[in-house]
Amino acid sequence: MTARRPTLEDYRSVVPAGTVDFLRRLSERVRGRRILNVSVSREVGGVAEILHGLVPLLEEVGVESAWETLDGDGRAAPLTARLHHALQGGEERLPEEIFEQFLAFTRARAAALELTADMVLTHDALPAGLVEVRPQEGAWVWRCHIDVSHPQRRAWTFLRQYVVKYEAAVFSLPAFAQRLPIPQFMIYPAIDPLSDKNRELPARSVDSICERLGVPRDKPILLQVGRFDRFKDPLGVIEAYRLVKRQHDCRLVLVGGAESDDPEGVELSAEVREAAERDRDLHVLELGASARVEVNALQRAATIVLQKSTREGFGLGVAEAMWKSKPVIGGFAGGITAQVVYGVTGYTVNSVEGAAFRARQLLADPTLCTRLGQAAREHVRQNFLVTRHLGDMLALLATLVKRNG
Amino acid sequence: MSERAARTPFPFLGCWELQEMLGRRAYDERELLEHLEEVPLDSIYFHTHSVFLRERGLPGPYPNDFASWAAIQVRDRVLGEKLGIIDPHDLSDLESLRTEVVSLIDDHLSQLGAVPRVIFGEPFYFMQSRVLEIPTGVKVRTLKEFRDVLSTVDSSVVYLHVVEARGRKGRRRHDFATWVDEQLGLPELAAAMARMNPFPFGLEEIRRRLVALCDGVLAAGA
Repeated sequence: MTARRPTLEDYRSVVPAGTVDFLRRLSERVRGRRILNVSVSREVGGVAEILHGLVPLLEEVGVESAWETLDGDGRAAPLTARLHHALQGGEERLPEEIFEQFLAFTRARAAALELTADMVLTHDALPAGLVEVRPQEGAWVWRCHIDVSHPQRRAWTFLRQYVVKYEAAVFSLPAFAQRLPIPQFMIYPAIDPLSDKNRELPARSVDSICERLGVPRDKPILLQVGRFDRFKDPLGVIEAYRLVKRQHDCRLVLVGGAESDDPEGVELSAEVREAAERDRDLHVLELGASARVEVNALQRAATIVLQKSTREGFGLGVAEAMWKSKPVIGGFAGGITAQVVYGVTGYTVNSVEGAAFRARQLLADPTLCTRLGQAAREHVRQNFLVTRHLGDMLALLATLVKRNG
Repeated sequence: MSERAARTPFPFLGCWELQEMLGRRAYDERELLEHLEEVPLDSIYFHTHSVFLRERGLPGPYPNDFASWAAIQVRDRVLGEKLGIIDPHDLSDLESLRTEVVSLIDDHLSQLGAVPRVIFGEPFYFMQSRVLEIPTGVKVRTLKEFRDVLSTVDSSVVYLHVVEARGRKGRRRHDFATWVDEQLGLPELAAAMARMNPFPFGLEEIRRRLVALCDGVLAAGA
C-alpha cells in the first residue's frame, strides 16, 4: 500500500458509475460546514478505522472535519470495555462506581476539548456524556457502533439520560433502535475498497502469503476470520467443516485469536487448537490486528467464507469477503442478514448442519459459487463501500443543519 | 418533430436517501397490522416505494417490504403473495394504499386459526426516510439529449422523477412525461411514458423502456 491516503478520485474506478460526481454535488449542500467527531481512540478499534477513512474524504469535499479523542492514552480502556460489554447484554452487573468513574472521566476530559461545530458526533458510550457541556449552537448526534439490541437495562438507563439530550442518534441496524424521543437514523458501516484489507492483490502475492502462512492451495479452502469468542462459534465451524469433509476434500482456515486478558477467549482458543491438532487440513492462525494484507490474501484464496456467528454486531468481515467475490455462509445474526442476500450472494444459516449443507452445495457447484460471488461483489459495491458512508454523513449533516436553521 | 428544442430545459435531479428508524417493530402479523394503522404515511411510502432505491443492484423477490417480510421472515407465503400483488399505481394516494394493505392483512388473519409470527426470522422494523434532492447539473433541451442523458444517469434520477414525483409529491404524471408533453409537444410519447408502471420492473428496466420509447420516436422522425 502506498503511504498516500486515497482521494475521492481514486475511488472512481471501483464505486458505482457516477457516484463520485454525485457525492461532489451532494457536498455542495454542506460545503464550508464543520463536523467534529469525538471518539475514544484514534489508534484502536473499528471506529478509529472508519474515521481514518471518512475524515479525509469529508475534508476533501469541503466539509471542515475535526477529530478529537477522549482517551488517547487508553487510561479508560477497561472502563469502556466493561460499559460496552454491559450495553451489549453482558451478564456482569456493573457496580455504581463504574458510572461515577464514567462521569468523572468525561468531565475531566471535556475541559480540554473545543466542542464547537455545525454537527458534533460522539462515537459510542464514553464520549456520550459530553452532551452535558455542549454549547447551544450546533447539532449533536450520538453515533452508536455497538450492538445495543439487548442491553443490560441498568447500563442503558444510565446512558439514555445523555442520549435524549442529543438532536439525533445513529445506529448501524434497525434492530439496535431504542425507544427514544429523538430521531434515530440508520447508517450501515462500510469497508474501504482501497485499504490494505481490501485492495486488489496480484495472484503471486496471494500465493506467497499463503505459502508463508503454511496454507497450501491444493484443495478448496473454507475460511472464517474472527476472534475466538463463543458468539463467533469457531467450534461450530469445525463441526461443519467435518461434515463437509465427508464428501469434499477441503481445508479449513480459522483466523482468530484471543487477548490474554480475556480468560474465556483463551480457553476457547485452547479448545480450537485441540480440535485442530490431528487434522493437517485444519489451520488455526493467530494473526495480529496489523495482519491486514494477510487477511486480504486469505479471503482471496478462499473458496467459501464463513461467518457462522450466533451473535454479531454488524460483522463487516462479511462485506470484506463479498467484495472479493466470495460467497458467504453466515449465521443468522446481527448485520450478517443485512449483508447476505439469501440465495443470491450467499446463505444465512441457523445451525452447524445448515452451514455444512450450504458449503457442500457450493463446493459441488463451482458455477453457483462464481455466480453468488459476483452478485456479492456488486451488492457490496452498491451498499457497503466507504463512498456510501460518506454520502450518508453528508446527508445527515445537510438534514440536521437544515433543521437547526 | 423530435428535433424540437424545449424553451425550458429538463434539469435532471438525483437524490440521496437517509434512513430513519421509527423504533417500532412487529413480531407477528397482528402486530404488523396494528402498527400499520398508526405509522406515518412516510413509513408506508418507505416500505412500498423507496424500496427501489435500496434494491438497485439486486431486485428482491417481492416488490415491497411487507410482502418480503411475510414470505421470507414469517414464512407465510400466502400473505407474501397477496401483499406482493398490490400495485401502488392502482391506488390514488398513500392513505388508500395503507387501507388496502391493512384490509388485506385483516382479511388474511380472519381466515387463520393462529396469528403467524417470526420464529427463526427477524421482526419487521418500521422505517421512514428523508430524501435529499441533488441537482446533477445536467439540463437538456431536445429529445435526443434527453434520451442520451437518461440512459447513463444515476438510477436515483429515474427514481426521483418517476417514483417520487407521483408517489410522494402526488403529481398526476411523472416528470419525464410532463416535460415531453409540455416542452417538446409530444403528447403520444408522453402518454406512453406516463403509462409505464415501475412497480413490476424496478428502476433499470423502467429506464430501459423509457429510452426505447424515445428511440422509437427519434427513429420515426429521422
